[in-house]
Amino acid sequence: MREPTDLPWEARITSRVQETRDIFSLKLELVDPGIRAAYRSYPGQYNMLYLFGVGEVPISIVSDPDDDDPLEHTIRAVGRVTHGLERLRVGDTLGLRGPYGRGWPLQAAQGRNVVVISGGLGCAPVVSMIRYMLRRRDDYGQITILQGVKHSHDLIWRRQYQAWEKIRDVQVLLAADQGGPQWPFSVGNVTVLMERANIPPEDTVAVLCGPEPMMKAAIPRLLAQGVDPFHIWLSIERNMQCGIGHCGHCQVGPHFICQDGPVFRYPDIADWIDREGF
Amino acid sequence: MDEHTVFLPRAEANRLLEALAGSGFGRILGPVARDGTLLFQPIKDWDDLPVGVRDVQQPGSYRLQQQDDPRCFAWANGPQALKPLTFTPREIIWRAQRSPDGALSFQAAQDDPEPTAVIGVRACDLAALDLQERHFMHGRFPDPWFRKRREALFLVGVSCAHPAETCFCASTSDGPAITRGHDLGMAELDEGYLLWAGTQAGKTLLERLDLDEATASQRRAVEREIHQATVTQKRTLPGRHLKQALYERLQAGHWADVGERCLSCGNCTAVCPTCFCHMEMDEPALNGQSSEHLRQWSSCFNAEHSFMGHFIVRSDTRLRYRQWLTHKLGSWHEQYGRSGCVGCGRCITWCPVGIDITAEAHALLQETPDA
Repeated sequence: MREPTDLPWEARITSRVQETRDIFSLKLELVDPGIRAAYRSYPGQYNMLYLFGVGEVPISIVSDPDDDDPLEHTIRAVGRVTHGLERLRVGDTLGLRGPYGRGWPLQAAQGRNVVVISGGLGCAPVVSMIRYMLRRRDDYGQITILQGVKHSHDLIWRRQYQAWEKIRDVQVLLAADQGGPQWPFSVGNVTVLMERANIPPEDTVAVLCGPEPMMKAAIPRLLAQGVDPFHIWLSIERNMQCGIGHCGHCQVGPHFICQDGPVFRYPDIADWIDREGF
Repeated sequence: MDEHTVFLPRAEANRLLEALAGSGFGRILGPVARDGTLLFQPIKDWDDLPVGVRDVQQPGSYRLQQQDDPRCFAWANGPQALKPLTFTPREIIWRAQRSPDGALSFQAAQDDPEPTAVIGVRACDLAALDLQERHFMHGRFPDPWFRKRREALFLVGVSCAHPAETCFCASTSDGPAITRGHDLGMAELDEGYLLWAGTQAGKTLLERLDLDEATASQRRAVEREIHQATVTQKRTLPGRHLKQALYERLQAGHWADVGERCLSCGNCTAVCPTCFCHMEMDEPALNGQSSEHLRQWSSCFNAEHSFMGHFIVRSDTRLRYRQWLTHKLGSWHEQYGRSGCVGCGRCITWCPVGIDITAEAHALLQETPDA
């Protein structure tokens, strides 16, 4: 049934941060204490957020599900709903249903080295996994985090990346296609970073999230470095209106991204990545 | 047909409607000639059915003709299958309320569909309903609205003795005879109807009618008509599993050819009995206190379908036609275990420029596979 998980619940904004000119983060608290207590998500999953009278959008969950802090979503204002969400303030309410979809391979990654490659706002869906791993630092090997943005002013969470970098066996490499003032990091795309990254070929799991051309460019380099294709995982983004595999918008070839994904094992989606029209 | 096939004389056909009404079906739908086509409409009397009506279907063309004969089902199909009865073209699925202090609450739309009997369902329509059930009812999130409406239906399938020129159900193995998915199966002869049960509900209804068994010659006559309806179909889909062949030709030049002809209007997806895509949207009340969340049939031929905020995945018609065809004939196999096409031919007839899915599939297979 679509109920009870598939009717939105009321959620209240408890904090709001303007990350860049058009990116903002909302911390949300489910208003009903029973629902709040029962709510469980998994890194890499997403919620459908509902703006009253306007509609719904799928937004990945940024917070670590085991964290006691509220649910967190980082959103770029691009469409009708997200532009509306941008105008909400602390104390305002919205609707939330979820979580939906298959998340990151936390079990498969356990005991292994992990490379996280993200581009643009692709950093948001991978953050919950990074936070999850860092909370259980001993369960994972070397962690390499690569994040690329178009312009240096697009980078969000600069302090968080700098804090992660100080953790044992964590390498953080940041790049912008176009640098700018106060940009001490690399200039170029993510693949440039891969040359500088210390990616162990053995026992390495790679997770990718970002524009498909970026992921498509990164994968051959991972394979060339000896990473097993079955250890490469990608998160794919499409138009989603129902979140439950009914509305048909998110199909990529045979896959319903909303339920079969958004996270896929590379060989399962290899034929369709960055393929015009799919 | 089976060993319990019975015969209902034409003059007594209203007894079937009476038996259905007596079994609790407050609404009985049948094909009615209206607006130049055949639509499922409420019927009260057997004479409401399209007596002597024939349909002449061609790519981009649908015409009804009147003939002087007693048959009510001597046509192939109208633009509707069962789809609008179970997957409503536009419906409210939930409502949001906002109180003056800003608190939100949500209520699922309630729907108690009236028990409905449908007379004149084709084998292709039953096959399509089965596919829609796989999508809406048998996934991880069974759809409560679809399911309630489906469960309220009693289906009287009528074997098709008059396929249209656009039909190719024999090629997809979905028709023309009624063999599955029906509560009651029916075949029409000049003198009346052969009836057989497909479910317990159908069996109960037949017991209520208490009819004589059909004769061997009546059954042979029906079999001859079905055979004729099978062999007269000229259109075919190439092969049974087109998935691989189409996946190997995603770069074929023919996609641009059909993309030039296609108007991207979405008529094909609207009349297709298996297409399930829909959009969700909100309609807020003017007082700002409530909003209705709706779903409405959509189409992969619309720009909206692949809109991503900052770009459109399928920005031109070539890509949209390729999406539709590779889904319908290809990825349906992976998603639902069979092709999404049941051979009803509606997309051919109702296409304003007469694009023929069977011809396009054959043309694509003539192309060399991608390098």
